[in-house]
Parts: sequence; C-alpha cells; structure tokens
Amino acid sequence: MVGRFKRLLVANRGEIAVRIIRAARELGLETVAVHSDADRDSLAVRMADVVVHIGPPQAAKSYLNIDALIKAALDSGAQAVHPGYGFLSENAKFAEAVERAGLIFVGPTPEAIRSMGNKSLARATAANAGVPTVPGSDGIVESVEEAAAAAARIGYPIMIKASAGGGGRGIRVAGDAEALGKQMSMAQTEAQSAFGDKSVYLERFIRRARHIEVQVLGDGRDVVHCFERECSLQRRRQKILEEAPSPTLSPATRERLCDSAVRLAKSVGYRGAGTLEYLYDDDTGEFFFIEMNTRIQVEHPITEMVTGIDLVREMIRVAQGHPLRLKQSEIAIRGAAIECRINAEDPDKNFLPSPGRVSEIVLPGGPGVRMDTMLYPGYTIPPYYDSLIGKLIVHAEDRPAAIARMRRALRELHVEGVKTTRSLHLALMDEPRFQTAQFDTNFLEGWLAAARPS
Amino acid sequence: MARHEVLCPLPGTFYRKPAPDAEPFVKEGDTVKAGDTIGLVEVMKQFAEVQADAAGKVMRFLVDNEGTVEPGQPLLTLETA
Repeated sequence: MVGRFKRLLVANRGEIAVRIIRAARELGLETVAVHSDADRDSLAVRMADVVVHIGPPQAAKSYLNIDALIKAALDSGAQAVHPGYGFLSENAKFAEAVERAGLIFVGPTPEAIRSMGNKSLARATAANAGVPTVPGSDGIVESVEEAAAAAARIGYPIMIKASAGGGGRGIRVAGDAEALGKQMSMAQTEAQSAFGDKSVYLERFIRRARHIEVQVLGDGRDVVHCFERECSLQRRRQKILEEAPSPTLSPATRERLCDSAVRLAKSVGYRGAGTLEYLYDDDTGEFFFIEMNTRIQVEHPITEMVTGIDLVREMIRVAQGHPLRLKQSEIAIRGAAIECRINAEDPDKNFLPSPGRVSEIVLPGGPGVRMDTMLYPGYTIPPYYDSLIGKLIVHAEDRPAAIARMRRALRELHVEGVKTTRSLHLALMDEPRFQTAQFDTNFLEGWLAAARPS
Repeated sequence: MARHEVLCPLPGTFYRKPAPDAEPFVKEGDTVKAGDTIGLVEVMKQFAEVQADAAGKVMRFLVDNEGTVEPGQPLLTLETA
C-alpha cells in the first residue's frame, strides 16, 4: 500500500493491540508495540516487529503517559500512532501531541475529538445537523416555576438530573407537575450534598430505552455508515453482549437513524472510524443522539461480520491519506452477528475480578466463529487493567442461527486458571427474553438480580 | 507486645486514601480495630476495601500509596496488645 507511513505504533494493550497489529500487518506495515512492566509477556509484544517499554504497571504512568508514548514513537522510527480504544483514544491533547511531533494520528482531528467529546457542544452540533437529541431543559433550571414551564414543553415523565452527576447518579423521576413541584427542591438539596453543586436540569424520561449505535467511516470529506449495533445488554453501564443488526428497528427507522449519523459526522468533517450512540424509545419508536465515540470500539467486529468491511484496516488506510473506497450503496447487512465479552470476572461472586495465570485455553472454531483475544496458554492476566480478556463473535444467516452458533461456540471455549463470564453468556443464550429480543438497557441487571438473589 | 502484619488479599494497586486529595484512612501511630478500613486495592478497575484483621497500633506501612501489591504481601505492621 502506498501511503504516508510504513511503521505504526500501537498506543494500547490487550486484545485491541493484537487486533491493530493484525490489520497493520495485512497492509504491509511494520508495527511497534508499547508495554508497561506488567505487559512484558503480552501477545502484542510477542507479535510486534519492534517493542518499547514505556513505564510501570499503573496506566497513569504508562499507557496514559503522553510524553512516554511520543518518545517511544520517535525513538522506534514509527511515523503513525493508533490509539485503540480507552486510554488516550479520545484525548484531544494526545492527538495534538502526536501531530506536533510530526506523526500521524490514526483517527479524527483534535478539533473533532474536542467538539464531539464535549456533551453539550455535541448536542448543539447534532441539533444544527437536524439530528434529534433527548428533549430537555435549555440548561439549568433554578425554580419550580421554571422547571414546570420546561417540563410542559418536554413532556412527562421527566428526569431531574444533577449537572455534576453522572453514571446514573443524581437522577430523580417525576411523573407529573405535582411530583415535579415536590421533587425539585429535594433534587437540588441532594445534588448540593452529593456533588457540591445544586444545579439540576430536566430531560425526558424514557421508560424502555435501548442503546443503539451507528458505525461511521469518514475520510475528512465523505462519510459512510456501516449500519447499527444493538448494545442494550449492560451491567453498571458496561456493555456485556452486542449484536448487529438491531432486532428491533424497522427498515424505515434504520434508514433514518443511519442517515442522521452520516449527516452529523459529515457536519464535523469526520475522519476515521467513529460511533454515534443513540437512545431508542421502544414505546414510541423515536431515537435520540446522546454522544459520539471518536475511535474504534470494542464491539466493532460484529459490524465487520455483517458488512464484510475490515474497519481497522479502513481507518489505517484513511490515515495513510487514501479516500474512502466504499460507497454507501455498496454497503449492506448480511445475516446477524453477536459478540459476547469474555471478562476475567466471577459471575457467581458478583463479578469479582479474577486476574491470574491462564493454565490452559481452548478457543472455539468452525464456521462463522471469530475470537479476538490476547490470551495464550501460560499467559498471566495482570490485575492493573480492564477485565476484558476476549471477545467471542459469531456470524450466521439470521438471529436464531447466530444464537445457536454462539451457544455452540461458548460450549467449546475453555479457559482454565481464571474465572470468566462464559457461564453468564451461556445462560443468556437460553433466556427467552434474549431469544425474542424483548429487552431494554435495564433488563440485564434485573435478570441477574432475579437469577441470583442476594 | 506482639506484632501483626496485615496482608493484602488481592493483587493490584494499593491506595492509602479514599480519594487523591483526601486524608489517609489511617496513619502510622493510629489505633485501629479489627474490621477498620486501612486502604483500597484497585484490581481490574474495581476497588476493594482492605480491612485490619486485628486490633492494634499502626507501627509502619510496608507499601507506598499507589504501590503495586500481590496477594499475601504484608501491607502494614500492627502492634497488638
């Protein structure tokens, strides 16, 4: 491939570092793996052409250390940096530092990261592009009268959210104007004591929400979408299982949703792979943009399986300076794909982390099965990082066949030495509400609580 | 006077404080009861509290704040009655 760089540094670890090395190698590129003290024996380190040590185990001193990463890139002769997901992948300062060092950042411009990374700015950008966002108050509401006026416009039930809250904390729900009147001052008092800031704002409460996201690819001029992923099965706001396409969308809604994502990504001149996250209201069929992830995502393989597009390869090609080689009319969904996140956690002990040595591992295989993992026999999973140790992905002609294939593949998967979430996924495959796709973002936690009363 | 070492139950990163700008859970010279929290261990982005398994006076911390720890590693020495 003719391009602007021949050697790519992967500023990440774990399975995504392996994934990026594989894509780079298929493009004829040389790869540089960076590692902390805890990752000397990682699969990415074993695979890469060049290896650079960047610091102690703690991520803050290694994988989040911008200076160490830039130095590693310059010292190793890399001309480009792929940030993966997590760590510095959505840090505009890192993208800037990469560019300032004369290197290529495999991803969007620092400006695009900044504008889509700021929630209120992203909301405004969406509104300008004609993309719906969750109806809410125009910023902070101070008095009951102000709140009531805003709520009348937004509609009930309504959420009172603490401005300084987050991750589901600092939220109250009011069913009508009377309840709103009673709850406003309580919400403000709670916000003050919990977050040291009494500001609250209002947002439409969606009783049955699904998390649906749209994959886009851009080259800075043109943008295409690769359809959607359904990511409603979450625990503590962490995705556990994803599938593509979403089993709930009608073809017409799918088209409107994906078109809106392209419109929004085009409006910021998006470059690289990105994902626009939406809330989908299962009662009304409406969708609302929440935020954009300006990077490759954990669950990207299910999109690759149903579209046949190698997203990581395409994002590297764009970084090489090539225009998108895909036309929207050439991108189609074929069949259904499911991804189960295999975490080193014990589902029988409230998902207690289970790092340690993998004494034995047997990976599933056969038709339509893919496993992205950094495990190998004898590898020791360090305790310092995320518990994701692999992603089991299946593809089949339709959703029921994909479920049957996933059940079969999960039974083949055998990891000895650490606890994994395999058993949770096996139980999910037999759950009628999963099989019939009757779930929302609250389903999984309720299901886990019912299955294992504490 | 006897000495007792409180051992780390999990591998990961040890924190002596509940938050970066907070006071330590306990300082050298403090007296603790069995069950008192003496620190946190971060393991795979989750935080687990570490409790003293005996009562006594904290003589010395054997691990720095934000130091890496292994299961069974002594965290501090207590002087027990």
